[in-house]
Amino acid sequence: MTDNELIWRIAGGSGDGIDSTSQNFAKALMWSGLNVFTHRHYPSRIRGGHTYVEVRAKDEPVQSRGDGYNFLLALGDSFARNPQEEAYYGKEELKPLYENFDDLREGGVLLYDEGLLDEEDVDEIGLEEAAEENNWHVVPMDLRGIAKEHGREIMRNTAGIGATAAILDISTDEFEKLIKQNMSGDMQEANLNVLHDAYEAASELDIDHDIEVPEGSHDEEQVILSGSNAISYGAIDEGCRFISGYPMTPWTDVFTIMSQHLPSFGGISEQVEDEIAAAALALGASHAGVKAMSGSSGGGFALMSEPLGLAEMTETPIVLVEAMRAGPSTGMPTKPEQADLEHVLYTSQGDSARVVFAPANIRECYTQTRSAFRIAYEYQIPAIVIYDQKIQGELRNLPASHFDEEPNADPGSVLTEEEIQDAAHHSSGKFQRFLHEPEDGSNVSPRSVPGQKDGRFLATGNEHNPSGHISEDPENRIAQMNRRLNKLDDIRADLDENTSHQTYHGPDEADYGILVWGSQQGTVFEAVDRLNENGHSVKALGVSDMAPYPKEEVSEWLESVDEALVVEMNATAQFRGLTQKELGKYGDKMSSLLKYNGNPFEPAEIVDGFESSIDGEELAASNMKYVPAAGD
Amino acid sequence: MSAFSAINEEREIERDEFTPGIEPQATWCPGCGDFGVLKALKQAMPEVGKNPDEVALFTGIGCSGKLNSYFNSYGFHTIHGRSLPVARAAKLANPNLEVIAAGGDGDGYGIGGNHTIHTARENHDITYIVFNNEIFGLTKGQTSPTSPKGHKSKTQPHGSAKSPIRPLSQQLNAGATYIARTAAVNPNQAKEIIAEAIEHDGFAHIDFLTQCPTWNKDAKHYVPYTDVQQSDEFDFDVSDRAEAAEMMRKTEERLYEGEVLTGRMYIEDERPSYGEEKRQIGEMPEEPLAERYFDEDAEWERTYDNLLEHHK
Ligand SMILES: Cc1ncc(C[n+]2csc(CCOP(=O)(O)OP(=O)(O)O)c2C)c(N)n1
Ligand code: SF4
Repeated sequence: MTDNELIWRIAGGSGDGIDSTSQNFAKALMWSGLNVFTHRHYPSRIRGGHTYVEVRAKDEPVQSRGDGYNFLLALGDSFARNPQEEAYYGKEELKPLYENFDDLREGGVLLYDEGLLDEEDVDEIGLEEAAEENNWHVVPMDLRGIAKEHGREIMRNTAGIGATAAILDISTDEFEKLIKQNMSGDMQEANLNVLHDAYEAASELDIDHDIEVPEGSHDEEQVILSGSNAISYGAIDEGCRFISGYPMTPWTDVFTIMSQHLPSFGGISEQVEDEIAAAALALGASHAGVKAMSGSSGGGFALMSEPLGLAEMTETPIVLVEAMRAGPSTGMPTKPEQADLEHVLYTSQGDSARVVFAPANIRECYTQTRSAFRIAYEYQIPAIVIYDQKIQGELRNLPASHFDEEPNADPGSVLTEEEIQDAAHHSSGKFQRFLHEPEDGSNVSPRSVPGQKDGRFLATGNEHNPSGHISEDPENRIAQMNRRLNKLDDIRADLDENTSHQTYHGPDEADYGILVWGSQQGTVFEAVDRLNENGHSVKALGVSDMAPYPKEEVSEWLESVDEALVVEMNATAQFRGLTQKELGKYGDKMSSLLKYNGNPFEPAEIVDGFESSIDGEELAASNMKYVPAAGD
Repeated sequence: MSAFSAINEEREIERDEFTPGIEPQATWCPGCGDFGVLKALKQAMPEVGKNPDEVALFTGIGCSGKLNSYFNSYGFHTIHGRSLPVARAAKLANPNLEVIAAGGDGDGYGIGGNHTIHTARENHDITYIVFNNEIFGLTKGQTSPTSPKGHKSKTQPHGSAKSPIRPLSQQLNAGATYIARTAAVNPNQAKEIIAEAIEHDGFAHIDFLTQCPTWNKDAKHYVPYTDVQQSDEFDFDVSDRAEAAEMMRKTEERLYEGEVLTGRMYIEDERPSYGEEKRQIGEMPEEPLAERYFDEDAEWERTYDNLLEHHK
């Protein structure tokens, strides 16, 4: 397959600069007018260990990483060359080369650094046979040597880019611009020289491949960023000025971005002793009148269970981010999975009322984080944004105008001092913070903030009466419980009216449907297009609202198809289970395609999975699991 | 005008203003030492000139956690052991609030021990009162981190093999800048210490000895006690770390030998509070963050104008 797209993979050791090089490569391609999408793969190690990043570029918007790739830049793992005997891992430095054989498409190009990898060793890994079999174009180049000539070995990356540009016949203008932008002085000069020398050297080679890098142009100014960037910017634009956290992969990303920027926006960031404290701080800041957020990944989020319940019971708004990685327990720290859905929906004791949004891409990370803050503060309820390690790290371009929105600092249903004077007070002078029946007929009883005159109330995790005092009176209990739970209906109505988070894809009328949530949405949409091209009749629905659940939308959609395949990255079909529980039926209509080996779906896998499911055949691929509909 | 006009209101404050009126029902047992803390706290408020609307009281869970049912201010009865992290953030969000946290020995030295150490280490400008009754009260009398070695309870029927925690020394090491021990039986000292702690600019830790006549049957009432500042026997400089450490060692040892030593144990005035340090390094706004949400003229910057350049 050499159709009109480039999927360029750069592979090396963690710490070899693979990330930054791929980011630059992607940005340069975006500047040249293409749409880009990156996919990161890295092991749970700081230095060394095989890591790669793919950059997919097309002239039309890119939804997923695609299937396989067509250009490999294998730099070799420089950290495997550790001189200390004990830390030497044999042929480890070759891994970035041979471990990438599987996915390189037929006819693809394989460029490797013969300066780092010994020719004899390369012979041993069966490169020649594999290349012959797959019609690969193998290009050994001494990238290390070129870099060393101008000073430092680490500029191997730049040499790799120069050579890539020559082989693919793309201009180096954008790369030069980037180098000039990011570096100065000797470093800048050295890198420019390396870029040119490698370009020249590769130009002289005669490589007859048929990868065509598409041409494109943007009619609007673009930005390239990650899901974590988008979540952070959504929070800031919605008036969040307080974040508290404790590092845990992949949540650390949002925490770091927020910590770097909040002070310059007049906000506060706190790294604290653990995740219980982190969530508790967000609660304290919100109680005092500030829009606040915290978050974590699986294990850390488990620790937040108690403060989360406290937020529900005291109706203190907070936003928590849950960045999923493969579990249970510490699981696979650097691998994506969508298996914390139930954890996030049901953790914490009692009948709980919380809001959970699962953005499916970078665009939605921004808008839905904004929604989460708006809903949390207007309805005095905790809102959770759940996403995964895949969206966290992938970069994608979108129009800058997507972020050109007014800020919203409104802290929701907080009264001003004047309003407090007119509001209900108990005869003891206490402000009636938790009215059974708020005056406007809604389920939200307005709140006051410490320091406001005559706004005194008690917030407590125990059941409480209208002024906040602990109460076990049965009637009061029912009134408070109902009011808290009923907010979910109001929120559902509000979302339906103002901001639908669900995404429809494919023809309106179709026999089959694919239901998906979170990060797998783009991949599913791409698969749906291919399936329709192949003559199937399929559409897809991407659901983002996990709670309150969009019952009507999903029911209608499920009614409109004969059968639906639910695609998700976990082993127990959590989202399908949720859908069935929420809708109370359709168990016989939904089957599942599951993947939980640490790698997200590729579109071709979904195509295969769909086709074998309708043909009633066993899945050929062993890395996925098919679970038939109930009653099948 | 500030959105928080209760803050620094200039007027005479009455002790009674902190009594919540008829509403909450008493749940403390007769004779409970917790009443002594409540009384001292209420008496301290007129001294420090704080009115109920500018005080934010954060409690944990336990009998001690009920304090804010009896105390008329903004209150947050949090979860077991977590009053401090909630309180810390409220103070950072609005440094003008008078932030007080309270909880039991199980709450602060057991389940919340980590937060207690870190709050002291960071020197947040809050006052923390630990109701130390050497027992778990609310859950009906289990051994607590301050119960004496050998203490028998239903959960440790053979007598605890653990030595009690030494909260004063621990908090000195952790970094608290005001540390005192007082007792419900010593109302005047208790009131003065609470007032001083509130006025102290930094983390003030008060280990408040309170008797639990219900579950500590051989209840100590912590009498007779000695006020170390009043006694000739203990001539030490409260601002000297080494001398304070030695005094604390004595205090903690002797408590379990039946001698109750109370008073100021350590006072450090030089070290800036955490909020101040954060402000100095540019990690905290000059004006209270909470105020901005009520300020109609506040300018809310957008990421579009500031951060996107880098992604273009
Ligand atoms: C996470 C959690 N664990 C246990 C409890 C039960 N619990 C409530 S109060 C308490 C002990 C209280 O002892 P202490 O802090 O000494 O306070 P006292 O009641 O003596 O004032 C416990 C274990 C709880 N509420 N939450
Ligand atoms: S159980 Fe003990 S601590 Fe609790 S109220 Fe009764 S006497 Fe006080």
